[in-house]
Amino acid sequence: MGELKQVTLDASESSGFATTKLDALLGWARKWSLFKYPFVTACCGMEFMSLTSPRFDGTARFGAEAPRFSPRQSDLLWVVGTISQRQAPVLKRIYEQMMEPKWVLAFGTCASCGGFYDNYTTVPGIDKIIPCDVYVPGCPPRPEAVIDGLMLLQDKIARGDKTPGIVKPHEDPAAGVVKLRRSKDSER
Amino acid sequence: MEPIDLDLDENELELPSEPMHLNMGPSHPAMHGTVRIVLELSGETIVKSDVQIGYLHRGFEKMCERGTWGQVFPYVDRLNYVSPMLNNVGYALAVEKMCEIQVPDRCQWYRMILGELARMSDHLTCTGAMAMELGAFTPFLWYIKAREMIWDILEEETGARLTHSFGRIGGMANPPTPALKEMCKNSIKAVLSLVEEGEGMLLKNRIFLDRLEGVGIISGADAIALSWTGPCLRASGVAYDVRKSHPYLKYDEVDFDMPLGKNGDNLDRFLIRLAELRQSARIILQACDRMADEGPVNCDDPRVVLPPKSEVYTTIEGTIQHFKLIMEGAKVPAGECYSYTEGGNGELGFYLVSDGTGTPYRVRIRPPCFAITGGLSKLINGAMLSDIVPTFGSLNMIGGECDH
Amino acid sequence: MSERVLEVLKAKFGDAVLKTHSQFGDDTAIVDAKSWKAVCRFLRDDPQMSFDMFTDLCGVDYPDRNPRIEVVLHLYSTQRRHRVRLKCAVGDEDMGGCEVDSICDLWVGANWFEREAYDLVGVTFKGHPDLRRILMYPEFEGHPLLKDYPADRAQPLVPYRTEAEAGVPLEKLAPFAHDEGMPFGRHPTREHGEN
Repeated sequence: MGELKQVTLDASESSGFATTKLDALLGWARKWSLFKYPFVTACCGMEFMSLTSPRFDGTARFGAEAPRFSPRQSDLLWVVGTISQRQAPVLKRIYEQMMEPKWVLAFGTCASCGGFYDNYTTVPGIDKIIPCDVYVPGCPPRPEAVIDGLMLLQDKIARGDKTPGIVKPHEDPAAGVVKLRRSKDSER
Repeated sequence: MEPIDLDLDENELELPSEPMHLNMGPSHPAMHGTVRIVLELSGETIVKSDVQIGYLHRGFEKMCERGTWGQVFPYVDRLNYVSPMLNNVGYALAVEKMCEIQVPDRCQWYRMILGELARMSDHLTCTGAMAMELGAFTPFLWYIKAREMIWDILEEETGARLTHSFGRIGGMANPPTPALKEMCKNSIKAVLSLVEEGEGMLLKNRIFLDRLEGVGIISGADAIALSWTGPCLRASGVAYDVRKSHPYLKYDEVDFDMPLGKNGDNLDRFLIRLAELRQSARIILQACDRMADEGPVNCDDPRVVLPPKSEVYTTIEGTIQHFKLIMEGAKVPAGECYSYTEGGNGELGFYLVSDGTGTPYRVRIRPPCFAITGGLSKLINGAMLSDIVPTFGSLNMIGGECDH
Repeated sequence: MSERVLEVLKAKFGDAVLKTHSQFGDDTAIVDAKSWKAVCRFLRDDPQMSFDMFTDLCGVDYPDRNPRIEVVLHLYSTQRRHRVRLKCAVGDEDMGGCEVDSICDLWVGANWFEREAYDLVGVTFKGHPDLRRILMYPEFEGHPLLKDYPADRAQPLVPYRTEAEAGVPLEKLAPFAHDEGMPFGRHPTREHGEN
C-alpha cells in the first residue's frame, strides 16, 4: 500500500510532524472520530452512498460516519462532486465556518481538478478555492479508493502532516505491458 | 386543546409581522443534488417559494460542441447519473436516427436489458433516499444493497459501476458477456425480495404514510400543463409512457404494464416507482430469454462503427477507417432531429443539429426533471415546511440532468 | 408522422409559415417570429391539433445567418400522439432585436425553458413573468451557448487562490495546451493554432 508506508520523520519544527506524546494522543483521537460534512453535488454522490452502504462500510468502521450537516459541528469536509462557479462561494463559506482543526477531502476528479469539464462554469479543482488535504481521483472513484483516501487522511492526521496527498492506484495496470527500449547511455 | 391564538385578532396585537425568509441552501441534507429553495414562510406554511437550480451546471451542451459525436457519451452518462445507461441508449438512438441506421436485434435486446437495469437502479435510489429523508434509514441501506447487486451486473458487462460510457453510435462498446443472463436472473430475484422487505417496513408505517399521503398533490391536467412526464405524470393518472406510446428498440415485443396512480400525491409517486421496478424486472427477464447468444452487436456501417482492432493493425482500410472515425468523428448527415426515449424521470429528448461534420453543431438535451422541478414551486406553495422533504424527494430531481 | 399538422398550419397561416420540412421524420414548420404566439395558440386550442404538452424550447446560434438565433419549440399532443417542431429566427449579428413572444401563458411549463433560453442563448421573451437567469448566476455576463463565447472563459465568483497563498503547487496540467487542442474542435473566432 504505497501511500501508507511510513515516511522518515523529520525532527525539525517546520515539518509539522507530531513530536510529543500529547500530539500523538490528539492525533489518534481525531483520526478515529471524524465528523463529516458531506458536501454532495453530483455523480460522486452515488458512490458516496455506496461507500456508506453495508457492502463497503467505508466510514462507520473508521469512526467517520457521523454526518453533521452543520459546518460548526463537523471537522472533515467531504467535497463530493463537481463544484460549479455558482457553487464556489457556498463551498468557501462552508469551509470558513468550520472550526479548526479541519480537513478537506476532495472526492472525485471534478473536485480534485475539475475533471473533463474544462469550461466556463466549473471550478478546476476545489484547491483553487479552499485548501485540500486528500485528493481521491476517479470518475467516480470506487469506494475502495475512497477508503484508501480516508486511511491516508487518517495517517496524515495522526502524524500532524499538513501536506496534501493523492490516492494512487495500488498497481499501475499498464506497468509491464509496454517495455520501452532504452539506450545504455540514458540515465532513466 | 384549542390553539391560543384563535381569539386574537391580528390588529389587536399590533406586532409587526413580516413574512420570514428561509433559505434551504444549495448544501442541504435533504436535497437530492444541489438546489436552493428560497422560502417565504408564514409560521410553518410556505407562502412563496423560489426554486433556484443551476448549482450543478456543467456546460454539457457547450462541451459537446468541442469533440466528436462519439465523445459525447461520457458527458451524457453524467446527466442522469443514477441511470446512466438510459442516457447512453437515448443519445445513441438519437444519432442513429440521424444517420438512419438500425442496430442488430441482439444489440436492441442488450440495450433494453442494460437500460432497464439502470432504471431499476434509479428507482431504488429514489425510493431509498425518500425513505431515508423521512427518517427510515434501514430501507435505504437495503435498497442500496439491492442497487449494488445491479451495479455488479453492470460492472461485469461494462467495466464500470456508475459511469459506463458503454453506448456507441451503431451498437455498444462490447458484446454481452456469457455471464449476463445468469447474473440477471439471480440478481433480480434477490433485488425484488429486498424491495419487498423494504416495502414491508414502510408501507404499513403510519408516520410514513401520513407524511406522503395527500401531500404534494397535482392533478393530471396540471401536470401536463407543466410538461411533466415519466413516473411523476403517471402518478397523476395520465397514461403516457414513451415505451408504450412510441415504442423504440423492442419494447413493443415485450409484455409489461404501465402502473398508474390515482391521486398524484407523494405516496403515488413512491408506489409507482416500486411498481415500475417490478415491471422493469419483467422486461429484463423477457429480454434475457429473447436475446440471442451469438451474433453481431454493432451494425455494419463503416461510417460510424470502429473496425475490430485486428483489422486496424493489419489492413489499410481498417487503419484509415479507425483514423477518420477517431480524429474527425462519425460524419452525421446535416440537419436536425429530435429523438426521445423514456429516461428514469420521463421523456428524455435529444435535439441534435448537425452540419455534416464529425463535430456536433448543437446537442440539446430535453431533461425530464427540468420540467418536473419547474413544478415544485406549485406543489409546495401552501404546504408546510416539512412537506418539502418528501415532495422534493418524490420528484427525483437529479442535479446533473436538471442543470445539464 | 404528422404531416397533416404542417398542411393545416400552411393553410391557416399562409405566409407566416415560411418553410416546412420533415427531415428524419420530424415535422418542422419555420414560422415568422411575429406570428409565433398566434401559431402556438392555434396549435394548443384547435381540437384537431390539441397540442397540450409543451416538450422543449431551446435556442440555437447560427452566426452565419441573419437572423442568427433560431428558437426551436417542440410540442406534443397526449391525445392525438403527434408531434411538431416550430422554429423562428430572431436576432441580428449583435444580438439586437433578439426577442419573441413568451408562451408561458399558453403552457405553464414553458416558464423555466424560456428562462434557460434567455440565460444561455440570449433570447428575450416578451411578456415572461420572471425573466432572469436560471442556470448561470446573476453576475455572469454574456450568454454561454453563443458560438462566439469561448467555452473556457470562466467568470469566477470566488477569486482563485494563488500558489503563494496555498504553499503547494496548484497548477494541474491539462493534456493539451491552448494552442494544441483538438484538430476537430470548433473555434469560430480564432483559427486553429492561434491564441
